[in-house]
Amino acid sequence: MTKVMDSDQVRRAVTRIAHEILERNKGVEDVCIVGIRTRGAILAERIHKAIREIEGADVPCGILDINLYRDDLAVATRQPVVRETLIDFDITDKTIVLVDDVLYTGRTIRAALAALVDLGRPAVIQLAALVDRGHRELPIRADFVGKNIPTSQSQKVKVTLREADSGEDGVFLQEADHA
Amino acid sequence: MPKWTHKHLLDLQEMSRDDIALILETAKSFKEVSQREVKKVPALRGKTVALLFAEPSTRTRMSFELAAKRLSADTLSIQAAASSLVKGETLLDTALNIQAMNVDLVVVRHSASGAPQIIANGTQMAVVNAGDGCRSHPTQGLLDIFTMNERIGKLEGIKVAIVGDILHSRVARSNIAGLTRMGAHVVVCGPGTLIPMGIEAMGVQVTTRIAEALKDADVVMALRMQKERQQEAYLPTVSEYVREFCITPDRLRYAKPNAIVMHPGPTNRGVEIAAEVADGPQSVILDQVTNGIAVRMAVLYLLLGRKAKV
Repeated sequence: MTKVMDSDQVRRAVTRIAHEILERNKGVEDVCIVGIRTRGAILAERIHKAIREIEGADVPCGILDINLYRDDLAVATRQPVVRETLIDFDITDKTIVLVDDVLYTGRTIRAALAALVDLGRPAVIQLAALVDRGHRELPIRADFVGKNIPTSQSQKVKVTLREADSGEDGVFLQEADHA
Repeated sequence: MPKWTHKHLLDLQEMSRDDIALILETAKSFKEVSQREVKKVPALRGKTVALLFAEPSTRTRMSFELAAKRLSADTLSIQAAASSLVKGETLLDTALNIQAMNVDLVVVRHSASGAPQIIANGTQMAVVNAGDGCRSHPTQGLLDIFTMNERIGKLEGIKVAIVGDILHSRVARSNIAGLTRMGAHVVVCGPGTLIPMGIEAMGVQVTTRIAEALKDADVVMALRMQKERQQEAYLPTVSEYVREFCITPDRLRYAKPNAIVMHPGPTNRGVEIAAEVADGPQSVILDQVTNGIAVRMAVLYLLLGRKAKV
């Protein structure tokens, strides 16, 4: 298992993404952050905090559970545990920054987009990912990326965040035989 | 992470504590779906759910139908009066015909205990029991338990008083099975003729004194007094039942001040429950109906959300 990002690098990437979001959207007006459970939600909360520190503004922040929108529900051997979607603001006409930890095939993001449009009609949806590992199966790209990591499909990318996992923040590359 | 291994939901007795906890947790997410502007998710798109009701029911059938539709499953409804059941076709034949139309799951309500089991044994479809005879009504038990957990915040150690015709009540049996599994203390209370022999074996306290049953209770659940029982000589008169067991504002004071009042419906106001109580601030009777949809969505999702054929 190789460490590709340590906790300092994760912290800096989150701060940079926060800056880029502000720069792209020329401030915080109508910007809302929505994280995909579980680790995307944690990163969304961190980006939310970083924006508050940089800009002094509290942007709305929510959590999206995409399991009911997955395209592999019918073929998965065991169904995923469904948890609550917690978005207590109206997303219609807002700029939604969708946050996930790893961008891979793009199928999770497709499900998230379907889930979001059921909740309202955002003006814009942008995508932020801590890691882009390539191998897209759908025409989806990220607007904000913490780090691009070239991988082979047999490898696994593991993100640990102190809120969800024991130990400190980090991104690791695992060979298939260790999985 | 808890693992779901059941193909059918026939009886809460078959469910472990983890199974029930998973259903309650999943139902919480589905409750949120029902509060949205777009009350629909694509989780069960392409699945077909049949509702086979060989006994009258409005609430339960509507609840299951909405639950299936909000998950994007297709539904069809078969009611006994309009079906071949009255022409003499056996229940299993009807079920096999439903299966031949590639239905994935069948929800069964029947006056005979064990009818859903017969369909589960005789077909490949997943089966959900929506009430069989006096035996079991698992989704009602689950929605009651969900409502208690939502209102009180826990199940372990709470006192639940179930009052009324325990003998003929599948609602009582399912509540007892689920609640005792989750660590709640259940007291059943009613006229001696309407308390089944040996019910103590299910882990409940039995009393014929209403004051004792309601004392410090967190939950007071009244059951429907089926008036036809009087003709069957279980009760001398309805007015005698009202005098001894009707949940009145005065009697409710025996329970904890913030106790909740439940009823599976339909209610006979002034028989098992006073109108002031049924419509009072402690009543959660309509929350039970709302939560029923979320709980049934959770059950359908867990039973159909994966490739069921093993």
